[in-house]
Amino acid sequence: MRVVDKTTRVGRREFLRTTAGAAAVAAVAPTVSGQALAEPLKTVTSPAAATLVQMARDLYPHDALPTKFYQSAVSIIDTEVSGSADTINLLADGAVELDAAAKKLKGMPYAAIADEVERVAVLKSIESTPFFARMRSGMVTALYNQHDLWIKFGYEGPSFEKGGYLHRGFDDIDWLP
Amino acid sequence: MAKFDLNDDSVVVVIGSGAGGGTLSNELAQKGIKVVCLEAGGRFDTSDFINDEWASYAHLAWTDKRTTSGSWRVAQDFPELPAWIVKAVGGTTTHWAGASLRFQDHEWKARSTYGDIKGAALLDWPIDGAEMAPWYAKAESKMGTTGTNDIPRLPGNNNYKILHAGATKLGYKKVHTGNMSINSQPRDDRASCQQLGFCFQGCKMGAKWSTLYSEIPKGEATGNLEVRAHAYVVQIEHDAGGKVTGVVYADGDGKMQRQKARLVALAGNSIESPRLLLNSHSALFPHGLANGAGQVGRHYMRHTTGSVYAVFDKPVHMYRGTTMAGIVQDEARNDPSRGYVGGYELETISLGIPFMAAFLEPGSWGRDFTATLDAYDNMAGLWIVGEDMPQASNRVSLNTDFKDKHGMSIANVHYDDHANDEAMRSHAFKQGAAIYEAVGASKVLLTPPYPSTHNLGTNRMSEKPEDGVVNRWGQTHEVKNLFISDGSVFTTGGAENPTLTIVALAIRQADHLAGLMSRNEI
Ligand SMILES: Cc1cc2nc3c(=O)[nH]c(=O)nc-3n(C[C@H](O)[C@H](O)[C@H](O)COP(=O)(O)OP(=O)(O)OC[C@H]3O[C@@H](n4cnc5c(N)ncnc54)[C@H](O)[C@@H]3O)c2cc1C
Ligand code: SF4
Repeated sequence: MRVVDKTTRVGRREFLRTTAGAAAVAAVAPTVSGQALAEPLKTVTSPAAATLVQMARDLYPHDALPTKFYQSAVSIIDTEVSGSADTINLLADGAVELDAAAKKLKGMPYAAIADEVERVAVLKSIESTPFFARMRSGMVTALYNQHDLWIKFGYEGPSFEKGGYLHRGFDDIDWLP
Repeated sequence: MAKFDLNDDSVVVVIGSGAGGGTLSNELAQKGIKVVCLEAGGRFDTSDFINDEWASYAHLAWTDKRTTSGSWRVAQDFPELPAWIVKAVGGTTTHWAGASLRFQDHEWKARSTYGDIKGAALLDWPIDGAEMAPWYAKAESKMGTTGTNDIPRLPGNNNYKILHAGATKLGYKKVHTGNMSINSQPRDDRASCQQLGFCFQGCKMGAKWSTLYSEIPKGEATGNLEVRAHAYVVQIEHDAGGKVTGVVYADGDGKMQRQKARLVALAGNSIESPRLLLNSHSALFPHGLANGAGQVGRHYMRHTTGSVYAVFDKPVHMYRGTTMAGIVQDEARNDPSRGYVGGYELETISLGIPFMAAFLEPGSWGRDFTATLDAYDNMAGLWIVGEDMPQASNRVSLNTDFKDKHGMSIANVHYDDHANDEAMRSHAFKQGAAIYEAVGASKVLLTPPYPSTHNLGTNRMSEKPEDGVVNRWGQTHEVKNLFISDGSVFTTGGAENPTLTIVALAIRQADHLAGLMSRNEI
């Protein structure tokens, strides 16, 4: 079978920064991941941006995905909400709301909670808010529609330019009993 | 290419250029009848198609606002997206997958076969399988359907091979790569399928039949057909005697135009067709055109659907190759001992990562969901297409709270599953899961219905005027020179994907119309 290489080759530092370590790093120096955004967000300032990126990963956690995909997703949602007076404050207010919920349940800001399970419990507590709804539904397209992410799921996407899959493994399954 | 005057009242106006309208336009033009086909969407070429799920959707789909109500899951998951329908020349035959199945004989006679099902408004079609057989044959030949006319079936992809292995292990016998209107070899000046895997986004090879490049150019070549893109019909007009005189449409600049007509054939698909009839109300027809019996918009059907996705330990790459790559037909029979009437087909389906994320488990988030997506390359999938029960309260009606940019009320789509639909869906989910478990699936997911791709029944065909909207020829019971030519005329839905039947009915209707016109009966 023609298989797809979907591994993300990352060093240990990158691994720490992008997965379990992200929260810890953010807690110590929140601006670290905030700065990593290619461009500042339109509707949110930098510490809150890092909180949103963490939330984005907790909503749709894929350990193999580098943080940049989550950052881009948050930027996309940010651009969407910036277009309307009704939603322009949604993310900034939402990040405050999220931190308030985190402080109430866990005694610290959201991004400072080291354990994913505990952060998820905080997210559950705000599940009925318009902010949560927008982030969740927004992520479905803002994250998964990034073309360079597809290959990490083994999805090769368009094939027309390559002559289709006719000679590139459309029927090459070899493990069926 | 023909160009007809707005005041030419000898033309036939066809509204919509999809499976029904595009076919009818060409068939009439071939018979020497002058046709103006008005299409709300733009005109594109196969090279314009975008092999990217959301981008293609934004490019071609009907995205004007609609609302939903009722207990169906779609209203909860996609409240403003009841249906996936295309707004472009070619209509939804640009995005369709190509599965082309005939109704089974008993499905034309659902009321007689199934009996009186509580809560269902079942009715027999006024036509039957024997009458339709020659028209089906013409449709299959026109569309180049595999498995008919000595056209070989397509090769099966990995997704199909899994379905085949599991289904035959369970003892299913009617398992094959389908009757697909996709070229397995070059035919009709179109190339053969290169297994691109983007059938739902428009076939860049032109291997899949579409009115956009199969019917319409042929009609235009006769000099009898003019297709106007960006022509959004907002009203069908009539005279004091109740005969249709023409239509008013918004052109590409938003300017209103009036095209006169000898007769009008409406083929806007099952949401827009009833909407336009309802919006065309007047002093003479206060409840909408052809709606004297109050039947316009009722009995909306969408097939009983659902998907089963299975995760395996090894790669599948289901996205490679035709989207509907094969079928299991054994459950399509009517066998009430299963706990429901009617039957269903199981057909392979695959979605890319963007659509899979949106449709696999709408509303889900967190690790359980992402763990499944992480195994995307090891997934196989099938789609259930079953006969749903027509119900008078399942209907397309006007939502007068919202107007489109031309000031016309938008459509609301109301649907409640019938108990028979639910029983059928659970049976199909169970069988679908069993197919995959038989070949070692480590996890099986039961995915709720997507926005409706098969929209049917809202101007149904009936023997008696009080039971429906059109007669056996698609002619409205109430207005002699107004015809319906799309899937909205379905009296019942059958278990099969509807397009072959829509096309067969359109060919038959063209023949009838030509007769009526030549005998000056209309
Ligand atoms: C993703 C997908 C896959 C599918 N796969 C299959 C399959 O494998 N097999 C199968 O049998 N079916 C399939 N279908 C369904 C099939 O596409 C439809 O059943 C068929 O196209 C319906 O034909 P129609 O003529 O009723 O409407 P359409 O083909 O939808 O055409 C209607 C046209 O009317 C136009 N229109 C509407 N209102 C107006 C107006 N007011 N003024 C001017 N124009 C207007 C629309 O823009 C549109 O172009 C699929 C559908 C989808 C979305
Ligand atoms: S798989 Fe075949 S039919 Fe489908 S888009 Fe590709 S070439 Fe066209």
